[in-house]
Amino acid sequence: MSLGGEWYLTLAAALFSIGAVGLLVRRNVLVMFMCVELMLNAVNLSFVTFSRMLGDIGGQAVVFFVLVVAAAEVVVGLGIIVAVTRRRSGATADDLKMLHG
Amino acid sequence: MSLIEFGATAALLLPLVGFAALVAGGRRLGEPWAGILATLAVGGAFAGAVLALIGLLGLDGHGRAVTVTLFEWIPSVGVDAALLVDPLSVTMALFVTGVGGLIHLYSIGYMHGDPGFARFFTYLNLFTFSMLLLVLADNYLLMFVGWEGVGVCSYLLVSFWFERSTAAVAGKKAFVTNRIGDAGLLLAMFLLFGAVGALDYHSVFADADGIAGITVTAVVLLLLVGACGKSAQLPLHVWLPDAMEGPTPVSALIHAATMVTAGVYLMVRSSPLLELAGDATTVIAIVGAATALFAATVACAQSDIKRVLAWSTISQLGYMFLAVGSGAYIAAVFHMITHAFFKALLFLGSGSVIHALDDEQDMKAMGGLRALLPITSVTFIIGWLAIAGIPPFSGFWSKDEVLTAAYDKSVILWAVGLLTALLTAYYMSRQVFLVFFGKARWEESGKHPHESPRTMVIPLIVLAGASVFGGLLNLPFGPRFLTTWLEPAIAPGHHEELTISRFLVLATIATILSLAGIAAGRVWLKRSDRTELEPAVLQRAWGVDDAYAAVVGGPGHATATALAQGVDAGLVDGAVMGVGGLVRSAGGRLRALQTGYVRNYAMGIAFGTVMLLGWVVSRAGG
Repeated sequence: MSLGGEWYLTLAAALFSIGAVGLLVRRNVLVMFMCVELMLNAVNLSFVTFSRMLGDIGGQAVVFFVLVVAAAEVVVGLGIIVAVTRRRSGATADDLKMLHG
Repeated sequence: MSLIEFGATAALLLPLVGFAALVAGGRRLGEPWAGILATLAVGGAFAGAVLALIGLLGLDGHGRAVTVTLFEWIPSVGVDAALLVDPLSVTMALFVTGVGGLIHLYSIGYMHGDPGFARFFTYLNLFTFSMLLLVLADNYLLMFVGWEGVGVCSYLLVSFWFERSTAAVAGKKAFVTNRIGDAGLLLAMFLLFGAVGALDYHSVFADADGIAGITVTAVVLLLLVGACGKSAQLPLHVWLPDAMEGPTPVSALIHAATMVTAGVYLMVRSSPLLELAGDATTVIAIVGAATALFAATVACAQSDIKRVLAWSTISQLGYMFLAVGSGAYIAAVFHMITHAFFKALLFLGSGSVIHALDDEQDMKAMGGLRALLPITSVTFIIGWLAIAGIPPFSGFWSKDEVLTAAYDKSVILWAVGLLTALLTAYYMSRQVFLVFFGKARWEESGKHPHESPRTMVIPLIVLAGASVFGGLLNLPFGPRFLTTWLEPAIAPGHHEELTISRFLVLATIATILSLAGIAAGRVWLKRSDRTELEPAVLQRAWGVDDAYAAVVGGPGHATATALAQGVDAGLVDGAVMGVGGLVRSAGGRLRALQTGYVRNYAMGIAFGTVMLLGWVVSRAGG
């Protein structure tokens, strides 16, 4: 038995919403970071689903680009988090407000 | 590569090579080798010009116009870096390099011991290159490059002793005054290009018939403005007397023999346009005659040995413009050549006198130098007789050819020229008698005048020979070499007839007046203590300089100040500062949005995305 594409899209929307709300309400930088990853992968899921539904391989190709960009983003983001934590352990995102222009 | 191509290219490039070598190693070469190198470069250029002359003589009359293309320059304007080798340009190149070479040689002696020895010859070679570019170019644009080049060299050499503030100021004055003329020349080129679509002489003159009459007149008058700047004609003459601040060989080379004749060359080169311009040529003749008389009157009251010669140069250049305006282009070139000989001779002679008296330039502190400076005085006297127009010296033949042409144009112009001839004979006699005869007024200062070294005397002798025999180039009877030679290069269909009987009558009148002038100069010497013959108005050159200073310094300065404070500080600066202030204050307000809380930004992004999605969905639904 195979599930219809709608189920996958619903799951993707649910994951994206969880990620988006998590990003807005949490203060812990690492958790916010994980939420961003969750949103990215929700989008990936929808890409793959549409690709299967429409029989167009292009959607799956885009996923690889998203994965690569996400990996690069993780490198930069984790680097920043480590640097911030070294300076002030337990710092939250709000503690970084002095970086504004 | 034909003889003509080789000769012309070599003549142009040798001074450039000399200049480059002196820039690279002039200081290391030092004295006298830097001077010898520069002299050899110009001598080589003279040889190149002779080769081009031989090549041209091998062609028949109307085929004597060879274009030598060096390289493609500005294809979009149709202008190449090309040389036009024809009788006119070769004549100019010959006398530029010939007289120039002699003055280079003279400078080796004159600049002896000057700390800027190598620098001086670097500039001189650059000048020779620029002047050759000016006369050899086959289009107005390349000619303009040479035109500006000689202007720069003039500036550099007038202010050669720049530690003297008078020299630095004189250099600036020469440059600025020349720029005014250059603006006219540029506008003339714009008009020509607009009318013909080309700037090379051949195309312009071939299509000259098709240009509207008013345009031709405007072009000729604008060319005249340019020529007036370079050739120191009224009202742009003010820079030349001050240019005497430069070393004397520079005065001889640039401000007497060659550069200042560039304006005359430009007029003669543009003769096909002048022929079409009608009344504009009358303007040229009037400017020339007025300048000739004006400068001659001023020369009568000067006491600086070089300033007399400077005013005399302006006056003689006025003769050349008078000839051009009277349609006697070849007479103008003839007078240009003989003038180059005797004026270079007089300047170099005056340099020799200045040298002998330890940089004394005031003629009232000279006198009685004839026996002490035998060669200088004899050659100077030859130059004096030549410029005074005494037969059979060269100045007689050329000046009287000009005067005959002026008579054919208008009796008034001729009378002005005749009066100028009288004054010329007078002020030159006054100079000769003051410097070489009478009481020695330098004795109490303990000076010991001595004849100059050989490198300075040889050019004097050669130029004196040329001043005596220069008239043979174009005697009114017999073979008129110069006329036959130059005629193909002048406007087509142009013939210069000289009625010998009229020439003889007019020349006799002029000679009698010249002798009267000399006699007046002789009488003047006896009462040299009387100053009513040197009125202050003449010493101040009719107050033209003062008038310019009053206008530029008064209303001119006030206008500039008003523009600087009102328009520039108020309007232009205000606009710039206003834009900056606007951006700054807008930025200050917008800063408030930048809270520094990541959740605010994320909320902004989420809100924006929702709005965008809502908009897309509502459109899709509608």
